[in-house]
Amino acid sequence: MDDKLQKPFYAALGVITLGLLGWGAASAGAQGIAFGLFTALTLGGSLICVWERSVVRSAFSLMGTFTGVAGLFLLLGADFLAVAQILIYVGGILALILFGVMLSPPDLAERKLSRVLGGLALMLGAVAWVGSKVAGTVAWATTDELPEPTTKVDEIGVAFLDPEGYVVPFELAAMILTVALVAAVYIARRKASDLTDPRAEERA
Amino acid sequence: MGLGAYIAVSAVLFAIGVVCIVARRNMIYVLMGIEMILNAANINFVAFNRFNGDAMDGRMFAIFVIILAAAEAAVALGIVLNVYHLFESIKPGDVDLMRD
Repeated sequence: MDDKLQKPFYAALGVITLGLLGWGAASAGAQGIAFGLFTALTLGGSLICVWERSVVRSAFSLMGTFTGVAGLFLLLGADFLAVAQILIYVGGILALILFGVMLSPPDLAERKLSRVLGGLALMLGAVAWVGSKVAGTVAWATTDELPEPTTKVDEIGVAFLDPEGYVVPFELAAMILTVALVAAVYIARRKASDLTDPRAEERA
Repeated sequence: MGLGAYIAVSAVLFAIGVVCIVARRNMIYVLMGIEMILNAANINFVAFNRFNGDAMDGRMFAIFVIILAAAEAAVALGIVLNVYHLFESIKPGDVDLMRD
């Protein structure tokens, strides 16, 4: 039953992608096409991640999600954040997750399709319901005329070390990273006494 | 593209992340779901920042979220490795040493 649903699932993904691209092109031209493409990459990657049976495929499809989010950052004018997203998520966190996948046993019988589909239907229904409630009633305090997107890399660098700006969170983040990395090494290491030498008995 | 479109993308990504955590019985999927949820929050930060005068607060917050996500991923994978070492399984339901 699972393999029968594989083709319809990817066909539905393709249809959703084309629909997003068409909707973007119709509503905002070239920028709309880019938005549709990155949205399809983001949501399609995460849907494949939930859907696929093998952890490796899920982890690699997550790459689509991270790259799509980086593209959305670019469309929002946050160029530094987009590059940081690709460097840290695609280059770092995804590689970490793949290490985790390699060091854990495969379990192809773990996915329960009813649970995945039921969860998706429930959560997407909840999002649609909340969205329909919010869309008509909440007026976001937004500016109508968007300023031209400018690169702010230098301003971000200054703000990190500005006593009036973000120097305290910056130093705290440095400390948290140090502690977290040391803790990760400490947790993941094996004690020397746990390691057994297979030739110890021979020698004895 | 208006603010609403970005919020919609972020909301759907959040929903899929929650499904990834709840519906799969594997700690690696829990990790991946958490990353999806953090990304959804980041889209919201940057979108609201952009549509509210393009100051820098939202972007800075998103950068700190990315930093914390990196730290979280490293520690969580260490925990997963250790749990597999101790329990020979990475199903969240199997880690029940304190049940009885």
